[in-house]
Amino acid sequence: MRDLRMRSAVLILLLLAGLAAGCTGITSPRRVEIHIHYSHFDPSELTVAHGVAVTFVLINEDPIDHEWLIGDAAFHERHRTGTEAHHGARPNEMSVPARSSVETTLTFAQPGTLQYICHLPGHEAYGMVGTLTIT
Amino acid sequence: MRRLAAPLAALALILAIAAPTLACGGLIGPNGAVNLLRTTTLAGYHDGVEHYVTAFEFAGGGGAFGSITPLPGIPSSVVRGGDWTLQRLVRETNPPSPEALSFAAGAAEDRAVVLQQVRIDALDITILKGGGAEIGVWAKEHGFSLPPDAPEVLDFYAARSPIFMAASFDADAAAERGQAIGDGTPVHLTIPTHNPWVPLRILALGKTAGETVQADVYLLTDDRPALLPAPGSKLADGGLKLAHNEAASGELLADLRSDKGMEWVPAAAWLTKIEIDAAATSLRFDLAIDASGAGRPSVRDAGFAPFGPLPAPPSWNLLWVMLVAFSLGVPIGGGWLLVNATRNGGGGRPLAG
Repeated sequence: MRDLRMRSAVLILLLLAGLAAGCTGITSPRRVEIHIHYSHFDPSELTVAHGVAVTFVLINEDPIDHEWLIGDAAFHERHRTGTEAHHGARPNEMSVPARSSVETTLTFAQPGTLQYICHLPGHEAYGMVGTLTIT
Repeated sequence: MRRLAAPLAALALILAIAAPTLACGGLIGPNGAVNLLRTTTLAGYHDGVEHYVTAFEFAGGGGAFGSITPLPGIPSSVVRGGDWTLQRLVRETNPPSPEALSFAAGAAEDRAVVLQQVRIDALDITILKGGGAEIGVWAKEHGFSLPPDAPEVLDFYAARSPIFMAASFDADAAAERGQAIGDGTPVHLTIPTHNPWVPLRILALGKTAGETVQADVYLLTDDRPALLPAPGSKLADGGLKLAHNEAASGELLADLRSDKGMEWVPAAAWLTKIEIDAAATSLRFDLAIDASGAGRPSVRDAGFAPFGPLPAPPSWNLLWVMLVAFSLGVPIGGGWLLVNATRNGGGGRPLAG
């Protein structure tokens, strides 16, 4: 009887742990939707696993154009002073026209932290910044 | 003085004058070489009609640029404004120095609907109707680059009044016309509406944290107007200051009335001046004005109330049914209880005591 109770308790704990892992996003998504509304990314924090191809669906709900550029600090520093009017040739540099959606697929080779930012004038200062954690 | 005057006889004259540091607002032209020196706006209210006058000053350069102004209603006419109304009001509360006086002596679906288009000098005026997104798309399609806060700000206004005035200034055309730097082009809109309000939040469009908005707002009403937020109040967050508050002089009113299109100015009025000097991030409201004499400026017009359609008033039929049910229910229910109590009292156990 006592063994049965112990087993039940362990089983419940394992189930709870699994649920908690699901809630906190430990499992890596293969497809992620990022909405752009009032010039902000939603969600602005994401976690994915390294070595897994992830498709980002960028949905711009605003009537103005935006960008979604993801990379490290040096990458963003270059783009803050860049002059490219349009992006799309590289999968980590996407232009998202007003009221449209685009998709891009990326595989991150190693764990780390990157930022996704819109570098159109004034947009980063307005808060168009998100953080991607790669586990 | 005329507290019993009919609400529709109220008059409100509103003049918003951008300080030299004030960006013109909504739309920023693709050609950064052109600067809007300043935007001056006047809206008058009399007999249920608002008279809105805006002047754009040519600051040199080339290309096209413009601004966007939320309006409380659809204009019935858009014409060239008078020549001195704005300057005369400024002079009333900011007397010029003697030196200055001597110088003076010398869209498909989800698209915005275009209601009117008027060309005045080098200025293209378009009156638009649509939601914030539709107005934004229209602006984009017409070559303007909106700042990142535009989607939220346009929605803020469109939820209350889906009418906007887009003004596009063709600096090349202005130069061809021989307009000198500093020359203004006044525009006069006539807008039937219940009560005027002054769009203030639009003045902060495109401004970043740390920047300020400075402007002067003049009101001319039959009586002292009720304002929301009241200058100096906590709601105004220190951004509004009451700088002038007294009966307008007969000389001022006569001068205004003598300008083109200003015949509607009445014989007597109250003049109020509000100075705006607010952090762009704190200017998230408009100035609601109750020009009716009721003393109740609209929370909604000030931008403090939730927007969207107002809740439908309760059905009178439903209220009558509830009233009848209540009226009948009380005596019937009471009678039933009384009968039960009588029966129980007759056949039940005797009460203690």
